Formats: sequence, C-alpha cells, structure tokens
Amino acid sequence: MKTLLVAEYREGALLNATYELVAFAEKLGAESAMFLVGSDTALPKYDGTLYLADVAQAGEFNPAVHKQLLLDVIAKEQPELIVFSHSSYGWDLAPRVALALNAAQISEVVDVAGNTFVVPACNAKLRRDLQSKTAQTVVTLQGGAFGLSAEPSGTPKVEKIETATASPLEFGGYEAVEKGGVDLTKAEIIVSAGRGIGKAENLEMISQLAEALGGEYGASRPVVDAEWAEHNRQIGTTGQTVSPKLYVACGISGAIQHLAGMKKSEFIIAINTDKDAPIGEVADVLAVADLKELVPALTERIQKL
Amino acid sequence: MESKFKVNTEGKWYDNVDLAWRMNEYDEFAVEQAVQVKDQVGEADVTVLSIGIDKVKETMKKALAMGCDRGVHVNDDASYAKDPFEIASIIAAFARDKGFDLIFTGMQSQDRGSAQVGVLVAEMLGLPSVSTIVDFAFDNGQITAKRELEGGLRAIIKTQAPALLTCQLGLNTPRYPTLPNIMKAKKKELLTLEVATLLQDGARQETVKMYVPEKKGGGLVLEGDVGAIADQLVQILKEKTGVLA
Ligand SMILES: Cc1cc2nc3c(=O)[nH]c(=O)nc-3n(C[C@H](O)[C@H](O)[C@H](O)COP(=O)(O)OP(=O)(O)OC[C@H]3O[C@@H](n4cnc5c(N)ncnc54)[C@H](O)[C@@H]3O)c2cc1C
Ligand SMILES: Nc1ncnc2c1ncn2[C@@H]1O[C@H](COP(=O)(O)O)[C@@H](O)[C@H]1O
Repeated sequence: MKTLLVAEYREGALLNATYELVAFAEKLGAESAMFLVGSDTALPKYDGTLYLADVAQAGEFNPAVHKQLLLDVIAKEQPELIVFSHSSYGWDLAPRVALALNAAQISEVVDVAGNTFVVPACNAKLRRDLQSKTAQTVVTLQGGAFGLSAEPSGTPKVEKIETATASPLEFGGYEAVEKGGVDLTKAEIIVSAGRGIGKAENLEMISQLAEALGGEYGASRPVVDAEWAEHNRQIGTTGQTVSPKLYVACGISGAIQHLAGMKKSEFIIAINTDKDAPIGEVADVLAVADLKELVPALTERIQKL
Repeated sequence: MESKFKVNTEGKWYDNVDLAWRMNEYDEFAVEQAVQVKDQVGEADVTVLSIGIDKVKETMKKALAMGCDRGVHVNDDASYAKDPFEIASIIAAFARDKGFDLIFTGMQSQDRGSAQVGVLVAEMLGLPSVSTIVDFAFDNGQITAKRELEGGLRAIIKTQAPALLTCQLGLNTPRYPTLPNIMKAKKKELLTLEVATLLQDGARQETVKMYVPEKKGGGLVLEGDVGAIADQLVQILKEKTGVLA
C-alpha cells in the first residue's frame, strides 16, 4: 500500500499534526511520500520523499493552486491513499482533490484496520465502519487519533514542485481573535460552562463554583457564540488549550473539538444529566445530575470548608 | 441532535422513529445568512433545499418562517444511506441551471459529519468556495469572508459571486421565527422532487456497520441524590486532587 501524506504549514512553521499522518501510515504498515506547501527552512523530520512547493509562490491558503500541485504529485506517485488532517486546511482541500480524482473521501478517521475506516457519527455518540469503493481514497484524520510511538526523526529527500494555476480566491491575510483579559492557560483550576447551563444567568453559578475553588471559569463554544461569555474563556480547538490540575465540565457534552482543549487536564470532573455523554470518556468522575442543583450544592459545601 | 441514539435493524444507520427532528445546527447559520443577504440587497429570492424523508419538510417550514421564499424537498427515503458524493451530486444537479448567486451550506452535518458536501457541490458546479466561514460581507457581488482556523485565528478571503460558502457555528445569530412569519410560511411554495430525477451517479463508499462505541472511560460514575453526590465530590476533591488543601 502506498500513501501520500499532506503536511501542513502555517505562519512560517510546520504544524505538528503532520506527524500524526506519519503515525497513521506507520500503523497501516504502508509506504509513504509527503506533500508540503512550505519552506525548506522548516522541513519535517521525515525519512522519505518530500514534494515541496514554495509557500512564497503557492501561498499558505490557496486551494486551487494546492489542489493542482497535489494532483500533479498524485499522478506521478499513484498513491492508493491520500491522507490529510481533519483540520481547517484538510477539510477544505480534501474534497476538492477527491472529486478531481473521482475518489471516495472518508472524513475524520479515528481508527483503521485493513481497508475499514472508523469514523464518528451523530456528535460522536455513534461510530461507523466505512469502506471505499474507489481505487484511490482520500481520508482526513481526526486530530489526536494517531500518535507516533517515538520522537519524529529523519531527513526528507526534497523534490521541488510548482504550478502556474490561477485562483478564484484572494487571501487577505490573517486576523487573530482579540486576546487579553484572563489567561486560562495559567489557571490551575477551571470550571467550565456548556450549553447545558441553559441561559446566560446561570453562568453566575459556574463562576461562583470556580471562585470557591480558587480558579477561573471557562466555557464551551456555544456559550461563547451566544455571547454569555467572552471569547478568551473558550476552550477547545478554536479557543484555548488548557491543562489545569482540576477541570470541572458542567453541561458540556464532550465534542472532540472541546476535548482537544482540555483532555490533558490532570483531574476531570463532569456534571451532566446524560450518563452517556461523550465527556464520560475522559472524565475521572462523571456526576449524573442537573447542574442547576449540583453546582450550587457543591459550591455551598466548599465555601463552608 | 437527540441524546438517545439507537442503531437501526439493518445496523448501518440510526433508528429515527423516536427522535425529535430539527434542523442541522450548522444549517441554521446558513439559512440565517441567506436571509440576511436578502434583507440587505432587497431584491433577492431564497430557495431552501433538503434531501430526505417526508419529515424534513417540517424543518424546511422553519427555514421558510425565517424568511426563505421557497422550499424544495428532494424526496428520498434512503437519503441516510447515501454518501457525501451522492448528496452533493443531487444538490449540484438541482442547482446547475438555476443561476444562484450564492449557495450557503453548513460546514458539516451533525449525523454524517463529513464536512464534504458543500465544497463538493462547489467543485461540481465549478464555483469558488470558502469553507468554515464565521463572517460574511456582500457588496455588489464582491464577497469578503473570514474562514476560521485553529487556535483563534481567521483568514480573510475575498472572492466574487457566484460562489458557495460553508457556514460555521457563530457566523450570525439565527432568528426565531415569529408567529406571523410562521403563518406566512404556510402559504409559501414547497416543491417536492423525486430523488431519481436528480441522481445519476452511485456511491463512492459504503457503510459496513454503525454501532455504539465501546466505553473505555473507566471513570467513576456518581448517581442518585444530589446532596450525596455533592458530599462525594468534596471527598474526592480532598483525596484525589490537591485543590482543597
Ligand atoms: C471546526 C470546529 C471547531 C470547534 N471548536 C470548538 C471549541 O474550540 N470549543 C468548543 O467547546 N466547541 C467547539 N466546536 C463545537 C463542538 O463541536 C460542539 O458543538 C460544542 O463543543 C458543544 O458544546 P456543549 O457541549 O456546551 O453543548 P452540547 O453539545 O449541546 O451539550 C450540552 C450538554 O449539556 C448537558 N445538559 C443539558 N442540560 C443539563 C443540566 N441541566 N445539567 C447538566 N447537564 C445538562 C447535555 O446532556 C449535553 O451533554 C467546534 C466545532 C467545529 C466544527
Ligand atoms: N440530506 C441533505 N439535504 C440537504 N443538504 C444536506 C444534506 N446533507 C448534507 N447537506 C448539506 O451539506 C452540509 C455538510 O454536510 P456533510 O458533508 O454531511 O457534513 C450540511 O451542513 C448541509 O448544508
């Protein structure tokens, strides 16, 4: 089996998720080559052929150009599997490549055995086993699902590539969501509010528990999107990544994008009315209860200590 | 999405009999954005399309009450078994000769969750597409969108209509349909097309099985009286974490 791994690069640096692609190929026992739009000043530690397009010409975000560069490499390498991260770069580019190849795309793969790919369904409540019906297959890998057994090492054999494709999209630069305010990455105790708090007013009981414990409050994305909490409180892939001593998740279902931001916490307590909520997968303790009752009861007991 | 999912007897999809049915969360942002553009430019005509069983019409009625002008129901009792390529082919076949200036989809569905359909439709139609947008501005055919990346970063992307955009959580605040608008929506056109008239091609992938993942959590589960749980939690905090020291 031959795979092509599509590495990622942003703002002058190679992204670490690239090594998860290598781990995936390793798990399959497959041969691999790598594709990167990047720079030879930030090469991956990788033993194999690296098809490298210069980011100064191809741009960091330029799907039409990246697609053409990839198709050229695929035509040459003839891989059976083309592997992306299930990231903002990967889920944007992968379908473009899959359609051009007339290939199946299997998204957000969490496990693989032979030609069967495992993916989550229904907000991670269920799983599906999928098989491709086409000769070539495009896959995107869920972040964190595959890990290298050892530190990455090696030196790639670089082959420079380029294309003269025009793009219908114009990249106007990056913008950072404003930072400032509280820095949750430094907090040792975080109590987080999810959509399960039901309404803005209930954030108060979450922040009171946080205060009683001597920590900060955080939030899941819907709570921030609804403007019940500031963006700097958001935990997850598109917010902060935290690893406090104690993380208390209140009314949070445990979507992969939230888990990615907090699963390294030392001790995790989840409060949820749903015993089967995926947050249970990472929680040391799952308290099956209505947070509107349990959170004030807990706060009261802690305040009395 | 309901919390209780059961796998159907075929073992390839979930049983939808006892589930409450609602619009895919990401699609609410798509509907809202389309209606906002209509409010902005005045002369605009918004079609909402959904592929599925008869029940999806209920969802489309919400979109009509939010301000869409017409609904198109692509009737398909087996839509759950279709792969992203087939779903995208159906949408593209419908849209091909309609001359839409803008197509909005969700960035992903909550059940299939492939995050493919929108971009595939655009590629099939030869339209530029921007995925995962959290901000959208339209000025005389000029589109400025912000794509969300990881870690709180956004990319500013400009393009020209006709184009397709896939909508991410937080793009806007979807409106609640008002009672008068719900009444008005009842009179709006709701067209039904049979899926066979739009789909020629076959699936690129197949589901071998669907199942409930094995619990590997192994964490402690506390249930029962809230006061007792609170006492247990205090005990655990004292013993297992240093935080109450
Ligand atoms: C590209 C991308 C990036 C994303 N980035 C992030 C991110 O950075 N951070 C993030 O959090 N999400 C992110 N998301 C969204 C993520 O997929 C989920 O939609 C989100 O995390 C769900 O938030 P939630 O758990 O608060 O809400 P829900 O999933 O709606 O869960 C609510 C939970 O509360 C429970 N509940 C309800 N009532 C009560 C009660 N009274 N007492 C106790 N429990 C109760 C329910 O059982 C349920 O488990 C991202 C999504 C995408 C596609
Ligand atoms: N059955 C369907 N009917 C209409 N649109 C759909 C359907 N399935 C998916 N879509 C659209 O495609 C988007 C992405 O879906 P997916 O690729 O399945 O994650 C959704 O947010 C919808 O906008």
